[in-house]
Amino acid sequence: MKLGRKFSLIAVLMMVGIGLTACGSNQSKSGNKNNSSKSNISAALVTDVGGVDDKSFNQSGWEGLEKWGKKNGLKKGVNGYNYAQSNSDADFAPNINKLIQAKYKTIFGTGYKLVSAIKNAAKANPKTNFVIIDDVIKANNVASVTFKDNEAAFLAGVAAAETTKTKKVGFIGGQRGLVIDRFEAGYRQGVAAVDKSIKVDVKYADSFAKPDVGQALAKAMFNNDEDIIYQASGGTGSGVFSAAKNEIKKKKVWVIGVDRDQEDEGNYSGGNLTLTSTLKGVGTVVEKMATSVQKNKFPGGKVSTYGLKEKGVDLTKGHLNSDALKAVENYRKQIIDGKIKVVERPSQLK
Amino acid sequence: MKQEQTNHNYAIEMKNLTKKFGNFVANDRISMKIKSGEIHGLLGENGAGKTTLMNMLSGILKPSSGQILVNGKEVHLNSAKDATNLGIGMVHQHFMLVQNFTVLENIMLGIENTSLFGILNRQEAKRKIVNLSKKYGLKLDLNAKIEDVSVGMQQRVEIIKVLYRNADILIFDEPTAVLTPQEVDELLETLKLLASEGKAIILISHKLKELKAVANKTTIIRRGKVIDTVDMKNTSPEVLAEMMVGRKINFQRERKSVKTGKAVLKITNLKVINEQKIVKVHDLNLTIHAGEIVGLAGIDGNGQSELVKALTGLKPIENGKVLINDKDLTGASPRKITHNGVGHIPEDRQRFGLILQMNLVENASLQVYNQPPYSHGLFLEPKAMVKMTKEILSDYDVRYSDLSENVGALSGGNQQKLIIARELSRNPSLLIAVNPTRGLDVGAVEFIHSQILKAREMGNAILLISYELEEVQQLSDRIAVIHDGTIVGQAKNEDLTESEIGLLMAGEKLENKEEVIHAH
Amino acid sequence: MRIKKVRLGGISVPLISIFLGLVVGAIIMLLSGFNPLINYLNLFSGALGTPNAIGEVFRSATPLILTALGFSIANSAGFFNVGLSGQALAGWLASVWFALAFPHLPGFILLPGSIIMGALAGAFWSGIAGFLRAYFGTSEVITTIMLNYISLYGTNAIVKGVLTSSDADSTPLVPIQARLRTPFLEKLTGNSTFHWGIVISFFMVFVIWWLMKKTTLGFEIRSVGMNEDAARYAGMSTKKTIISSMLLSGALAGLGGAMEGLGNFQNIFVNTSLPDIGFDGMSVSLLATGNPIGIIFSALLFGILKIGGLNISISSNTPSEIVNIVIASVIFFVGANYIIQYLISKMKISHKSAKLISNSTKGGHK
Repeated sequence: MKLGRKFSLIAVLMMVGIGLTACGSNQSKSGNKNNSSKSNISAALVTDVGGVDDKSFNQSGWEGLEKWGKKNGLKKGVNGYNYAQSNSDADFAPNINKLIQAKYKTIFGTGYKLVSAIKNAAKANPKTNFVIIDDVIKANNVASVTFKDNEAAFLAGVAAAETTKTKKVGFIGGQRGLVIDRFEAGYRQGVAAVDKSIKVDVKYADSFAKPDVGQALAKAMFNNDEDIIYQASGGTGSGVFSAAKNEIKKKKVWVIGVDRDQEDEGNYSGGNLTLTSTLKGVGTVVEKMATSVQKNKFPGGKVSTYGLKEKGVDLTKGHLNSDALKAVENYRKQIIDGKIKVVERPSQLK
Repeated sequence: MKQEQTNHNYAIEMKNLTKKFGNFVANDRISMKIKSGEIHGLLGENGAGKTTLMNMLSGILKPSSGQILVNGKEVHLNSAKDATNLGIGMVHQHFMLVQNFTVLENIMLGIENTSLFGILNRQEAKRKIVNLSKKYGLKLDLNAKIEDVSVGMQQRVEIIKVLYRNADILIFDEPTAVLTPQEVDELLETLKLLASEGKAIILISHKLKELKAVANKTTIIRRGKVIDTVDMKNTSPEVLAEMMVGRKINFQRERKSVKTGKAVLKITNLKVINEQKIVKVHDLNLTIHAGEIVGLAGIDGNGQSELVKALTGLKPIENGKVLINDKDLTGASPRKITHNGVGHIPEDRQRFGLILQMNLVENASLQVYNQPPYSHGLFLEPKAMVKMTKEILSDYDVRYSDLSENVGALSGGNQQKLIIARELSRNPSLLIAVNPTRGLDVGAVEFIHSQILKAREMGNAILLISYELEEVQQLSDRIAVIHDGTIVGQAKNEDLTESEIGLLMAGEKLENKEEVIHAH
Repeated sequence: MRIKKVRLGGISVPLISIFLGLVVGAIIMLLSGFNPLINYLNLFSGALGTPNAIGEVFRSATPLILTALGFSIANSAGFFNVGLSGQALAGWLASVWFALAFPHLPGFILLPGSIIMGALAGAFWSGIAGFLRAYFGTSEVITTIMLNYISLYGTNAIVKGVLTSSDADSTPLVPIQARLRTPFLEKLTGNSTFHWGIVISFFMVFVIWWLMKKTTLGFEIRSVGMNEDAARYAGMSTKKTIISSMLLSGALAGLGGAMEGLGNFQNIFVNTSLPDIGFDGMSVSLLATGNPIGIIFSALLFGILKIGGLNISISSNTPSEIVNIVIASVIFFVGANYIIQYLISKMKISHKSAKLISNSTKGGHK
């Protein structure tokens, strides 16, 4: 009896709740109708396991798509813009298929891990546009986008070399692989370009999601008198920042951020310890691609490479002193002009 | 005056209590009345419905119909807690104790956190427990862990547990089944003391002698129905037994003369240590011949368990030799020993003898499942297993409802009969039987005894280890007494009196009977 | 009659559990301002609405069935195999490695060969823990957890160092004849990742059921698991049984990994964390209380929730975090089904006593 009463109470609550929210969703539906009368320009993004709040790559891509969507008066959801989060690598294919079934016109895959899923989907769905970021797929309905991360990392290396007092700098990578190789190679090349005697200590956390490992690695580097660390390690990087915030109480240290401007991560009571950040214009590219679909100019089958020249990657001014800034500008010019070729793999370094 | 008043009021009264499980009627309109200060026996065969009845009284089961009255008022027991609150306490046959908790913790378990002042309460509780234990002469070692104390003390813990919860109506479910003769006497004294303090006591027992000694009245039930309630003063054990089983029972065990043959078991200088490296068996020599029953008498804990485990391969042998049928099986694996013709009725049937969550067929096949016809290589032959199970269960009168039911659902007596069926049906040349009739009713005891005697007549050797001296005396050709890990005396059954055995068990020497000690 | 009743109870408990889980999920969604009814519709249409979705559900259930069977075997022998993930990864690696190493072998050798290699690798990995447990009494929980990490980082090192050139972090796809995904199945299920592995899973369900019920080994495993003392009394070798149950458990987990390697992904790549199929397999097995047929259904339930769950945030504004909470609460309720069992038994009792009272007021019973 008692139990029965409880059940019915829950049931009533549920009914009321459904009724209320149903009203809410009706409104949003009517809102959507206005948009669907236009030609279908809806776009969605499939994240890798980092998710849209990784403070880096995926987040930057999603922010670009949001910006584009809002500018065009679209709503988040079907017929507008949306993202699909992948909880594991096994979710890529079903996520893409569900977006196709929901009739999204353009689908972005952020990260090289989605390559084979997008390749398959593109073959089976020739009418849908696909964009793969950080890798190349040869198909008429796929636009490939790669970034010259190594060029921005080169500038980060220059900035570090110009700023270090101890002549020792560090690099903390997430997981070894083609992408992070570019960061490491560019950074080391940049440091060496300024001063060959500066030592670069390279460590990997073997994960993009282990702040504790990042913190331990950074602490060891600071103890070893390295005063600047460039982190290219996704979520692991937040551990690098917290190690630096502990260390700054004793001596001056810097962290160089990655992918997004990580100025905010460097705030501490006495100022800011983010020296500068390398930028990767995933958001800008996503926005650009979405716009190109709108204008019927989707670059399917093409590979777009974004480097310093195309402003696809960059280095922030941050807290660099004027000498360092000058040096950075100098090297930037040389790279853009093709006078310096930045390598992509540590093994190519001389 | 007072006496007369209480005469009208019964402490507990059952009126037409009925319990049905599906179509099966476990208890059929049972009525009983028990006064304060009275010890009321409850007698019945295994499966007669005693436990069901008591579970209803202690709130574990709900009656299908009928009434329970406590002090004249009708009560509805929805849980064991309700029963406790009404002053009904039960001492179970299988102790409900937490093995790695101390005696004190076990007694307090369940009501330990009734007050905010945990520590104060503990002291208070301890004082109360010590008082109870003094008052009723129940010796306890409060700080010992349950797993380390004797069975007798575990039972005392159960009794104190019930008294600690202020029970006025105490139910004892076959309390003497697990005790040594001395402990039995102590317990019976305790029961009398409890009754004289005004407690109402229900004593479930198979042992007519004990009921005769302490009970004022006894109710006999058979197949869920009350046969009669009798006054113990003018009822003989034979009559009781007949009412219980529904036929005449023979209390005399007839040992036909059998010519003993060659030595089947020969133990020389055996030494066994336990997990704590304490020597439990030492310098033990014993020989058993074909066609002979050797009864090993002794107080629980004097090395019997370790001896049996060493003989059956369950425990390593430190020193000495074990020959079975002239084959050296010292330290052999249990399987090898089994295959050399040894049957083993283990002391703890639920721990060693059976897998309670498995069905009857699986348990019956436990010793033979790996041999043809019950399996060929990897493949079991369920048909052969079922056929064999059906045969031995009917041969040994095991009562069950379905072969696929779990052994845990059988009554204790039928569980034991299943083990005996399994071990004896293999016709072992050496049978090691430890407490083979523990907790069984007279009918079942008679049956099992006759089976053991039959094995003897077939020329098998039998090592009978029992904490019940009466059983040892009834069956044995020769009696050996174990004390402190070694045999302190052995002689032909006829040559030893009960008091002599008792003395040997207690570690005393027999002054006039030097030859007893050195016989064999 | 009696058996029928028990079976009915066996199904009704999980069904009620699922229902309660959905109710709690609905409350969570309501509290966070999302519409549960629409979201649940999206969940079910996302899981069962199209051939593609159904294909994905079966694909995601395929390895779960195998890892769950693996868990239940070890569990029957009384062991808690927490190392399914590591064993699955070892199997995944071995199957892909074998397929890549012999690309010219014909399919009828390469495919079974790769699958068997996967099973062997998983068995080897769990066998280490089984051996340590049997001979040194080392807790299998600790050793399998540690072996999980060795497997993860070891596999990653092999993928990067041996199976790929120039520091890439995923291998090429396995040869076509070693793939479990076929164009036929892709066509059938609207280009899903559904693959023939489901047949292997179903077959293994039968094999394991048969092994546990009809063989001496299964009998020994169950005996040791239920009562080690009695098993020793009956002359069974507990060491042998421990090791064989762990080997079987790992072999099944390795097969689960091979399904990922030859079916779902058709390659192996650097994993950032241990594959989900291990831990999900544990849940699936516990949910099914080790019953092989139950494992099929609970693995499908997991597949439905996982694949359908993806659809919720695609078709609505509900963020994937909320979806994950809802799915977790459904699984929680199903897993905690003893609560429901308790409630049912309580209700039955009160129902009976109500009957009793009405009987007695009518003036007794017949």
